[in-house]
Formats: sequence, structure tokens, C-alpha cells
Amino acid sequence: MSAEKANDQKLADFEAKINGGEKIEPGDWMPDEYRKNLIRMMSQHAHSEIVGQLPEGKWIPYAPGFRRKLTLVAKVQDEAGHGQLLYSAAETLGVTREQMLDELLSGKAKYANVFNYPTPTWADVGVIGWLVDTAAVINQTMLAQSSYGPYARAMKRICYEESFHIKQGYDAVVALAKGTPEQQSMVQDSINRWWYPTLMMSGPPESKGLSVHSQLAMRWKIKTKTNEQVRQEFVDHIVPQIRALGMDVPDKACRYDEKTGHWHYTQPDWEELKRVVNGDGPCNKERLEMRRRAHDEGRWVREALAAKQRAKEVTA
Amino acid sequence: MTDTQWETYEVFHQSKKGDPHMYVGSLHAPDPEMALQMARDQFARRLKCVSLWVVRTKDITATDYQNDDFFAQTTDKSYRDPKAFDAPTKELSHE
Repeated sequence: MSAEKANDQKLADFEAKINGGEKIEPGDWMPDEYRKNLIRMMSQHAHSEIVGQLPEGKWIPYAPGFRRKLTLVAKVQDEAGHGQLLYSAAETLGVTREQMLDELLSGKAKYANVFNYPTPTWADVGVIGWLVDTAAVINQTMLAQSSYGPYARAMKRICYEESFHIKQGYDAVVALAKGTPEQQSMVQDSINRWWYPTLMMSGPPESKGLSVHSQLAMRWKIKTKTNEQVRQEFVDHIVPQIRALGMDVPDKACRYDEKTGHWHYTQPDWEELKRVVNGDGPCNKERLEMRRRAHDEGRWVREALAAKQRAKEVTA
Repeated sequence: MTDTQWETYEVFHQSKKGDPHMYVGSLHAPDPEMALQMARDQFARRLKCVSLWVVRTKDITATDYQNDDFFAQTTDKSYRDPKAFDAPTKELSHE
């Protein structure tokens, strides 16, 4: 059998496994493009968790009340944990955590657009947990079915913890929505600012056909829904919640379509997404600087641990 | 920047005594003691846990998915399965 034929056979076996619902595990044969696609998706996902700590983390000292402060600390700690779980899962594909961290710190890596927007008020902390994390969970519930075993396993654990993130965010928003007129308008203002960035999270529409990345990701069941499907699911879920709180969806065209059974909405500005993801959002610079500072300030801990290890080797 | 590419450990978590230790994931650590500390932070910060095991990944000897032959059963093994026996559970009649 020629090398090319042998490869065709491997690809056919691989696709048969995926179509049969079997998971791909580290060490299994996989096409290079599958591996690359997964490394790209999983590392970006991990970076998003790590950077995702920052917009809310800055509110920890100012959280209203001790219980909300503890809750927020726990949430931000979860994000760090999720980043580490995803880096570990990505490492099973042959990339190292150091490589991925270097790419994040050097500004080369991409991460979720949504974390490049500012959090000027306490309502933003609640709205991130409620809106942004709902959008994230809808995407991640899909990814928990991913054909790559380690990604699917990490997602299951992460989704479980994210449900706490949504609950605590919603709770904080409800408290404000039941509060004074000032508190209510703080929530509305926050929804107004986060609505479109959150809609952008699931990625540009595929109206002009699926991107090459998406085609492969769908064909190999890394993901099983299009960006538009994920976004519509989010809109259908969240619009009734927003209205139930007595708040407005900041989109005049947003209405329920009896025929389709879905909420119609206005597409966000996709040029803005491009700009923000490529480094030119309102907070990209601040986020990266903070991340670098945290990495530098943690150096002594890493050095101390390495020294402990060396000392043991000497005495051993 | 290669200061945290420590070796990896696989983590096993037991929720309560009597339950089996379940595999939950892996992490990087400079030594087994730190691996336990990190495993607690990563895998036992919320759910109940009474015991954690960490094992250096490189110390695990594993089968290879490519080598299906390892698990191939050449003969019928149904005699190992309780369902393969239909001994009566009711009292035998001896008429």
C-alpha cells in the first residue's frame, strides 16, 4: 500500500469513528488539521479564561458585602482553574503550557473579544456572570459533546462550575433590579453596554458559507452547531429573562417571530469584533499589561518552588 | 520563559470513603507534595473530597489505542457473564 493510500485509510477510519460517536483520545491517529484546529480553539479558550479573571477581579476589593466578595473571589478562582484545565487538555495534543502562555503574554494569542471591554460599575459584575456566562455555557455545553475526549471532559467540569457563575451574577442583578431607580438604571446601562459584545462571542455569521476552520470543526464534530445557531439559542434564552426583570433589550428591532418561534435581533457590528480581537479594543492593552505584571510578580513563587525541588535533589 | 513547565501529575479523587478513586485530570507540579496542594486547589475546592492521589504521568504504563489486538478475544467468553446462565431462581418441581 502506498503511503498516500495508507493515509487515506487512516482518515477514513478516523471519520468513521467520529461519525459513530466514538471519542478521539490522545495517542489516536488524527489528521494534522484536526490537531491544529483543536490546539487553536483550546488555547484561545484557555487564554479567555485567564484574561476573563481581570474585568471582574478588579471589583473584588469593592464588592458590596462580605458574601458577595467571597463569591466573587471563588468565581475568579474558578476562571483560573478553568484556564489550567484547558491548558492541560491542550497539552495532550503536543503543545506545551509554556508555549501557550508565551503567546498570550507576547500579545500574539487571541482570546474572547468580550473581556476587552471595561467594567466601570458593580452592575457589570452581575451582568457578566448572567449574560456573558450564559452565552459561554451555551457554547460550552455544545463543546462538552466535542469529538476530542480531553476537551469534552474538561468542558463537562467547567460547565458545572459555570452554572454557579450564572446564578451568582443573576442574583446580583436581581438585587439591583429590585432596588432604587439609580440601581435599576445602573443595570440597564450595563445591559446596554454588554449586549452587542456578548452577541459577538459566538463569532461572525456564516451567511457567506462556513469558514474553512468551521467547516473542518463541524465535519470532525469538534463543534456541532454553527455560530448563528449558538447565538440564536442565547438570544432565545436571555431576552425573556431581560424582559422579566423589567429591563429593555437595547435593540429596537428585537421581537418574537411567531413563524420561526425565535427572537429576531439585529446583528452586531462585525468590524468591531475584528478590531477588538486583533488588539484594538477599549481594554486590550490594560488586560495584557495586567497579565504580564501578574506573571512577573508571581515569579518569586515559581522560583521558590524550583529552589525547593533543587534542594531535594541535592539532599537525595 | 520555561519556569513552570514542570512534569505532569495525574490526579485521582475520592469523594467519600468506600467510593473508588476517580481520575479527574492532570496538572504541572515541581514535586509530589506540591502536586497534592495544587490538586486540592484545582479539583477539591468545592466538592467533598476525603482523599487525593497524584501519580507522575511518566510512571503510568498504559495500553495503546492503536493496538486493538491487546484486548481482542479470540474465543467466546460468554461463560464469564452471569447473564449467560439461566439457572431457575424458583423452586424446582420434581414431578
